[in-house]
Amino acid sequence: MPLRNDFDQLVDVKGGFISREIFVDADIYRQELDKVFTRAWLLVGHESLVPNPGDFYTSRMGEESVILCRDKKGEIHVFLNSCRHRGMKVCRYEQGNTSLFTCPYHSWTYTTDGKLQGVPLHRTLYDGVLDREANSLVSVAKLCNYKGSIWATWDKDAPDFITYLGDAKIHLDQALDCRDGREGGSEVIGVHKWVFPANWKFAAENFLGDTYHNPSHRSVDLIGIGPSAAAGKKGRRDDELEKAQHVWISFPEGHGVHSAIQPEANEYIESFLDNPILEKYFRHCFEERKRRLGEGARLLPFVGTIFPNTSYHGRQPRGLCAWHPHSPTSTEGWRFFLVDKDAPKEAKEYLRRYYMRYSGPAGMTEQDDMENWLYATAASTGTVARRYPFNYQQSMGAYVTDHPLGGDVSTQVTEQIARGFYRRWTTYMQGGDWHELLGSPAGSRQAAE
Amino acid sequence: MTTTVQDQDKQQHAGNAAIERAATYYRLKADVEDFYYHEADLLDDRRFRDWLELLTDDIGYFMPIRRNVKFGQQAARENTKRGEGISWFDEDKWTLTKRVEQILTGVHYAEEPLSRITHMVSNVQIKGARPDIEAARELDVTSRFLVYQNRVEYETYIFVGRRNDTLRLTDDGWKIARREILLEQNILLAKNLTTFF
Repeated sequence: MPLRNDFDQLVDVKGGFISREIFVDADIYRQELDKVFTRAWLLVGHESLVPNPGDFYTSRMGEESVILCRDKKGEIHVFLNSCRHRGMKVCRYEQGNTSLFTCPYHSWTYTTDGKLQGVPLHRTLYDGVLDREANSLVSVAKLCNYKGSIWATWDKDAPDFITYLGDAKIHLDQALDCRDGREGGSEVIGVHKWVFPANWKFAAENFLGDTYHNPSHRSVDLIGIGPSAAAGKKGRRDDELEKAQHVWISFPEGHGVHSAIQPEANEYIESFLDNPILEKYFRHCFEERKRRLGEGARLLPFVGTIFPNTSYHGRQPRGLCAWHPHSPTSTEGWRFFLVDKDAPKEAKEYLRRYYMRYSGPAGMTEQDDMENWLYATAASTGTVARRYPFNYQQSMGAYVTDHPLGGDVSTQVTEQIARGFYRRWTTYMQGGDWHELLGSPAGSRQAAE
Repeated sequence: MTTTVQDQDKQQHAGNAAIERAATYYRLKADVEDFYYHEADLLDDRRFRDWLELLTDDIGYFMPIRRNVKFGQQAARENTKRGEGISWFDEDKWTLTKRVEQILTGVHYAEEPLSRITHMVSNVQIKGARPDIEAARELDVTSRFLVYQNRVEYETYIFVGRRNDTLRLTDDGWKIARREILLEQNILLAKNLTTFF
């Protein structure tokens, strides 16, 4: 098993080399499940998946099945989906409404707030011994409903979610807020779930502002599948950012985003030309957002990854992805597709069709991503291949640290974000405390105290 | 419970289950089977543009996501719905044409080099005929498929499921006006769906 120092050797962010071992090695993978996935905040789902008391939606955290559920009083919980008696999944439905989770094995039942209620033959077999309270479904340590998206962590010492997000918050907001600038207000209109044979970090890194992989999407850009494709525009989306200053930002918590800042004039750029109703609607949203947010409306999202395995697509398409680790060399991708809950019917109808042709295993754009991740993983498992680390030297040092957006801000395509992500990954793997995990140098707190 | 498009489909298919198994039925069934074998040849021979010709201009091509639901809720909730939310495919001819164009760019890396694919079709049954079986201009046909995909060296996927089609007789012969593909998987066990079903 790699020791603390080994991770510093495997992840050489100063030199710009990262060992292939961390993408393929089974021991490192087992350690990730423990050291990263039981501590970091993970995306579990969205409140719109459980709108009513008794609603549940089964999800995952790391490799493990969890139940997202709303109890009788309307409070949201996340539980490990495993009976306290012999571990059977207490829920094998994807979604539904219930007053009890009944374990199929020995019929222990749990209420929607996780309490052990029914134990067959309790009086005869367990009287005076079984403490029901202590045998509730295992609950996450902390949970946060952030603008409708549900996040959780198993670590009771983890900072609150907003602190965890740090300066990445306003970028994630761009995906979660209404198109016209109102806060929150999104809903999930569907979820993709699929398994692909690649390490989960390939997917996470892809959304960490790896704009450099754009050429792999050449086929879809040639034919044009965007919301103005029928009107003759090539590419896979409207180029709303054609006049914008793109920024690539690495945050100390390990998050990374690719966003853009529109010029001061912030003029509307025509989009959704294939549908006059949508064109009008999105023009209206643009003006409203500008009115509401003023200067702040100049910031627009592209993509990002919230450490470790949650990614977002901010506009075209729009959604949240969870890259669930499945094995060292396979990942279960979940994509939650978002629209504004109160968007007009025509907009929702158009967007869902656009999302489907763009995203996931049936999506014309992302099919090519999966091909890359698979064969990059496959070609890194070999004995010889593992001797040669991946090169992460792109745009070394090309960033500023005094930008108002915070973090390391680059105005050119950069792997600084990936370097930041793996630097923080190393801190987790070395068992760092939360002070270090949020980006402060080791020992600085003691020095300050 | 609200009646869905799929429920209506099911009722429609069920309602026509009793077409008399007479010579007319079997002749028509043989035509339909030939049509499907031809379709499979076009796809497996990678004649994608010719395959598009087998689709009516108003085709609806739909593959729902299948969900694990409680007993009794299958009809209402097992499959995502045509026309709402997210499915694997809910497409028209424009999008299907784009998919073909993409493969033909030669740089759609998920199909470059091209996969080796075999489509098998079986269990063909005509469940409905309009206006009637004797003078049918439109047919509701159910079948099973087994699609084998092998790609590059070791990647192999087997897709098994059902198809509910509506076929329409045109001047150029039978065409597919509507296709519902029920893949027998919940979480997709393939990295991609780059083939047509």
